[in-house]
Amino acid sequence: MSIETFVNEFSAIAANPHGQLKAYKEAGKKCIGVMPYYAPEELVYAAGMMPFGMWGSNKKTISKAKEYCATFYCTIAQLDLEMLLDGTCDLLDGVITPTICDTLRPMSQNIRVAMSEKLPCIFLAHPQNRFADFGKQFCLDQYTHVKTELEKIVGHEITNDDIANAIKVYNKSRAARREFVKLASDHCDVIDPIMRSAVLKAAWFMDKVEYTEKLTALNAELKALPAAKWNGVKVVTSGIIVDNPTLLKVFKDNNVAIAADDVAHESRAFRTDAAETGDPMMALCEQFTNTDYDVLLYDPQSSQNRRGEFVANLVKESGAQGLVLFMQQFCDPEEMEFPYLKKALDAAGIPFIKLGVDQQMRDFGQAATAIQAFADVLSMQ
Amino acid sequence: MSIFTMGIDVGSTASKCVIIKDGKDIVAKSLVAVGTGTSGPARAIAEVLENAGMTREEMDFVLATGYGRNSLDGLADLQMSELSCHARGAAFLFPEVRTVIDIGGQDVKVIEIENGQMRNFVMNDKCAAGTGRFLDVMARVLEVNVEDLGALGDQSTREIGISSTCTVFAESEVISQLAVGTDKCDIINGIHKSVAGRVSGLCNRVGVRDLVVMTGGVAQNRGIVKALREQLGHEIHTSPLTQYNGALGAALFAYQKALKQQQ
Repeated sequence: MSIETFVNEFSAIAANPHGQLKAYKEAGKKCIGVMPYYAPEELVYAAGMMPFGMWGSNKKTISKAKEYCATFYCTIAQLDLEMLLDGTCDLLDGVITPTICDTLRPMSQNIRVAMSEKLPCIFLAHPQNRFADFGKQFCLDQYTHVKTELEKIVGHEITNDDIANAIKVYNKSRAARREFVKLASDHCDVIDPIMRSAVLKAAWFMDKVEYTEKLTALNAELKALPAAKWNGVKVVTSGIIVDNPTLLKVFKDNNVAIAADDVAHESRAFRTDAAETGDPMMALCEQFTNTDYDVLLYDPQSSQNRRGEFVANLVKESGAQGLVLFMQQFCDPEEMEFPYLKKALDAAGIPFIKLGVDQQMRDFGQAATAIQAFADVLSMQ
Repeated sequence: MSIFTMGIDVGSTASKCVIIKDGKDIVAKSLVAVGTGTSGPARAIAEVLENAGMTREEMDFVLATGYGRNSLDGLADLQMSELSCHARGAAFLFPEVRTVIDIGGQDVKVIEIENGQMRNFVMNDKCAAGTGRFLDVMARVLEVNVEDLGALGDQSTREIGISSTCTVFAESEVISQLAVGTDKCDIINGIHKSVAGRVSGLCNRVGVRDLVVMTGGVAQNRGIVKALREQLGHEIHTSPLTQYNGALGAALFAYQKALKQQQ
């Protein structure tokens, strides 16, 4: 298949998650909604069910969820609740609600109350102190709880062999996505930011074996291409989610390519693999506890600004000339981290812009002006 | 043979055009007090051509900027962001400029300039506080013309504090002040300080370096300029062409493009 065909397939899936959900259900699969961040999807896969990423929506407006949420509430979480309330997610057989940030913690309870008997809600609390042994034990207890609840939904035991196999499937998928990110930068004349986003987004709504097979084939096609002739600029994107095609079109229109990303919905979700040897449940726990340089995760050495330096290095090593930070409205962790990130970027001499976004935005006039001007600044340098 | 270029700045509240000759002489300008999505841009173009006694075909290059820069299909040869154009226009009018403060109808931009080129910038968040729209809302509540705010604020004799965080809350504050009989001039002075507080916060994110130039229609309000000068501790320079600054920058970029085309 051609690059265009692969990209069109991924784009169609990314644009229509509900269609995917319906198709999997019609094929007899049970489906589990997986909210951000770092839920062990592998357990859902190991159970023989289909995990479905829930990262809000660019098409819906918050209405029913307002009954449960304060005004200053992240729109991703609100839109997840909205989709659970308005019937969009009626085909789901359960939902995993991680609670890493201050928004998701109360949201998990809002969802539990709102769904009541309608949908099993699986509470997941990751450890704050994830590096210590007691943190790993806490994580194991939590993942065991998730596993038990999934077993109730699917009606059979999830064996260690099932989990070990799921880890292999997911590691392969993560490796393919990491390779794609690199190839998308190398061939940014072919893979524009809208395509890049669609390919990565589709992973949240596809069986990982099928997804990885297609992505590996796409990667092979990209590798065979001659080196890109790129006369635009390259940036690193950072933030929670950057998947709105209208916003990404601004990048494309101004010859701004994405060299790499520090986005929770994209690379942050597939940076860390799980060990394929030893106890598979502990391997999943250690995959989480080994995850680092994430604004959402506690850093006992935060005074050293390791994450800020990590992001600055990402810009340098990826060949980008600057960074575009998409600040999700009412995202406390991202907003509180910003001064430290700015300090690290300034120290490294990396130009950046910060754009306020939320998923209910439909007009990107101001963002378009800023991105175009930023492209001018970078090209002049 | 001379090169004539046109810059069109389609803002959210006004449309401005400038025609220049050979990248240095301003031949004509026009301003229509309605912006994107209205008849303003077409009228401003017709007016500037009439003022210059020229036709669109005689323009070697036409470049659009401003919020409505993408809405001029067929009228402009190219579009650029208003930040780049404001930087260029300010550097033309004030060659020593290092900081440009542009308060537009719906946003505020602070631009750092080095050797006449934009090096860094910040824009306000999605909020009307500190913008021209904020002043429009306040003028309406106070039943005065927005153009008169500067002169009225000058007559203030008493310090009044107005919220600097939210247009809606500030409007409520103004209504409360009117209800207790506070002098309008004092309220206006408080509004100017409120805008200056918001804008100076943005300025400090980029860093303020002399020479500081203020552009955009709000630069005509001497109360805002004075309050900003006091809060920033830097002299603020303005030009009689302040409202045309973006269009002027666009015309200057258009000249560069026209030269390239001829090569």
